[in-house]
Amino acid sequence: MKWNVFGVRAAQGWQYVHHLRAARPAGYRGRPALAAKPCATGCTACRDACPAAAIALEPLRLDLGRCTFCAACAEVCPEEKVRFTDDPRMAARDPAALVLREGDGAPEVAVDARIRSLFGRSLRLRQISAGGCNGCELELNATSNVNFDLQRFGIEWVASPRHADGLVLTGPLTRNMARAVQLCVDATPEPRFLVAVGACTISGGLFREGAEVDRALLARWPPLVSVPGCPVHPLTFAHAILDVLGR
Amino acid sequence: MSAGALLDVPAGDRAPSVGEWRRGLLEALAAGERLVTLFGRPDHDQVCVTAVCQAQDGALRASRVAVSPEEGFHTLVQDHPPAHVFERELHEQCGVRVRGHPWLKPVRFENGADTDAYPFLQMHGKQLHEVQVGPIHAGVIEPGAFRFLCHGEVVHHLEIHLGYQHRGIERKLLALDPWRAGPLVEVVAGDASVAHAWAWASALESLSARPIEPAWRDARGVMLELERVGMHLAGLSGMALDIGFLQGATTYGRLRTTAINASMRLCGSRFGRTAVRAAGNGVAWDTATRDTVLGDLAMLSAHAAGIDERFLGSASVLHRLRDCGRVATPAARDLGLVGPAARASGLAVDQRTFARPGFAPVVRTGGDCLARAEVRIHELHASLALVRATLEACPVLARASGAPAAVAGDRLVVAVVEGWRGEVVHALETGPEGRLVHHKVQDPSLRNWMGLALALRGEDISDFPINNKSFDLSYCGNDL
Repeated sequence: MKWNVFGVRAAQGWQYVHHLRAARPAGYRGRPALAAKPCATGCTACRDACPAAAIALEPLRLDLGRCTFCAACAEVCPEEKVRFTDDPRMAARDPAALVLREGDGAPEVAVDARIRSLFGRSLRLRQISAGGCNGCELELNATSNVNFDLQRFGIEWVASPRHADGLVLTGPLTRNMARAVQLCVDATPEPRFLVAVGACTISGGLFREGAEVDRALLARWPPLVSVPGCPVHPLTFAHAILDVLGR
Repeated sequence: MSAGALLDVPAGDRAPSVGEWRRGLLEALAAGERLVTLFGRPDHDQVCVTAVCQAQDGALRASRVAVSPEEGFHTLVQDHPPAHVFERELHEQCGVRVRGHPWLKPVRFENGADTDAYPFLQMHGKQLHEVQVGPIHAGVIEPGAFRFLCHGEVVHHLEIHLGYQHRGIERKLLALDPWRAGPLVEVVAGDASVAHAWAWASALESLSARPIEPAWRDARGVMLELERVGMHLAGLSGMALDIGFLQGATTYGRLRTTAINASMRLCGSRFGRTAVRAAGNGVAWDTATRDTVLGDLAMLSAHAAGIDERFLGSASVLHRLRDCGRVATPAARDLGLVGPAARASGLAVDQRTFARPGFAPVVRTGGDCLARAEVRIHELHASLALVRATLEACPVLARASGAPAAVAGDRLVVAVVEGWRGEVVHALETGPEGRLVHHKVQDPSLRNWMGLALALRGEDISDFPINNKSFDLSYCGNDL
């Protein structure tokens, strides 16, 4: 097919998702929902099947901060209580709100009035990977492609922490990155805030135990908002940031 | 097994002495076999060293020997340079002395070693300066340290120091029931989940003597090739962005969205997570979904062909890519490069040759950024054709759970799959009663990072980003 520059542009059409907030991707394994009905007596199938220790019982609870979205729980539940919806919205300000109970919908992300007044129409984010597998990194990159286009909200990625308003962390925080991450945090001028993206950052995920990981930074500086996923879908990140900004 | 090669042999075979092991190995390599992997496993006060070679017809062969770590052995590198990175890793992981290795430096700083202690090559002179880039980089990307020794703008030497992403993958794999290792295997390199998962799954299927249905094997092929398409498009988009060809960057970028959304329709994940189940199948489609995916991929093929022509026909693109970052064929062979980087430097190595009758690898001889872009372009179209043919022949497919089963004891299984960056190797060893005693993981990036380092020699430092993108290697895949 021979196209000139206009042909390519015409074939591309309008690629951006028009209504980001309403988008529901086809085939997407998104926010899980737990049906409010009794579990089978003595059943522990979902907890036993979960590779990420995200499920607790009595009452049934699913921690989005640990979930890797493999849906093993949904598959083994004899009562069909667990269902993965196509809703990308699942972030929370408080990690405790990431623990879903029966009948819960999406957690709310309250606007941060200070962040909105400072950065509501122009936000610069610096991404730091500290042990990320490149899944979340690729999806965060995708937030600035022509399909998701977060630039339309004035949100952009910057190359230097000195230009950043917020730091976006991925990975469980490896011990080998501890020094570099702290240097990067120290180089970010106030006012600044932290976003935890993905199961690895929120809870350590599959890597939460072991000497290879050093999560002390998160204890010193809790994230403003935690965004679940494995990897995080660009829409989930968009919802979270836009909610914090009150957009 | 239809994505590469597989070996399943008794674990107990050992060469009678280190000398004989070394001699036999070098003879085989001199006779034309390829070294696929070489690694160690602590065995009481010794180290069991395993070398796996591949013949021209794809057949794998293991040769093992017990080595005293203090005595070690004389390096293979002088006779067979591709062994270089394996010996470094063996020394770092198992403490085996490798006498005469020219570059015995840390691979990934396991076990609490201090990353600041990396022994960078030093050069002294008033006209030289050093540029340190990393571990944190300007873009949204994993961390790694690059130390450039420069004469003005020209790079005299680039040294790459990794390990920042080390998460303890191999240690954690040993602590798991191997049937439940899928989620961890999928994030060894989270953008090559299907390749890693397929290697692990086929090893378990061999150990438990449970071959999978042909339809499931074909579905894995679809997901592996979609993974390749999606990541080649990501690479081309990144390369176009780095040289300022914005229309290429945006077009390849939005076509990537189409490719990975197709993966999501088929298995629920844009990254092919859960598509591969050991002894089972995680991919499903009905006719409507299949037809939607076929339509999307037909559009992808046509539109990609259009932007390919603009990309490869643009004088400004060619000016930046041609002769930039050249790795000549002998250097690529000596380094032991694998995957598209090797094929762009004239080496026809592709594990799919042994899995699909009539498969022909895409090979270029330029060894430069242009060749690495061309290999991606041609491979992604070949992959799309494979996916289309499989989907057209199969209107519906259902999931099937893979129930764990007993695994043979005292076996060594080595599974090799051609991931999009190159051959992925998973080697599982069982002890008595089938208990897992070792799970060695090898991402192709382990072998290819040195290729990037050599590609920069004599180039302008400002050409580093385009070269880095042209290799597009995994930091976490190297660091494990």
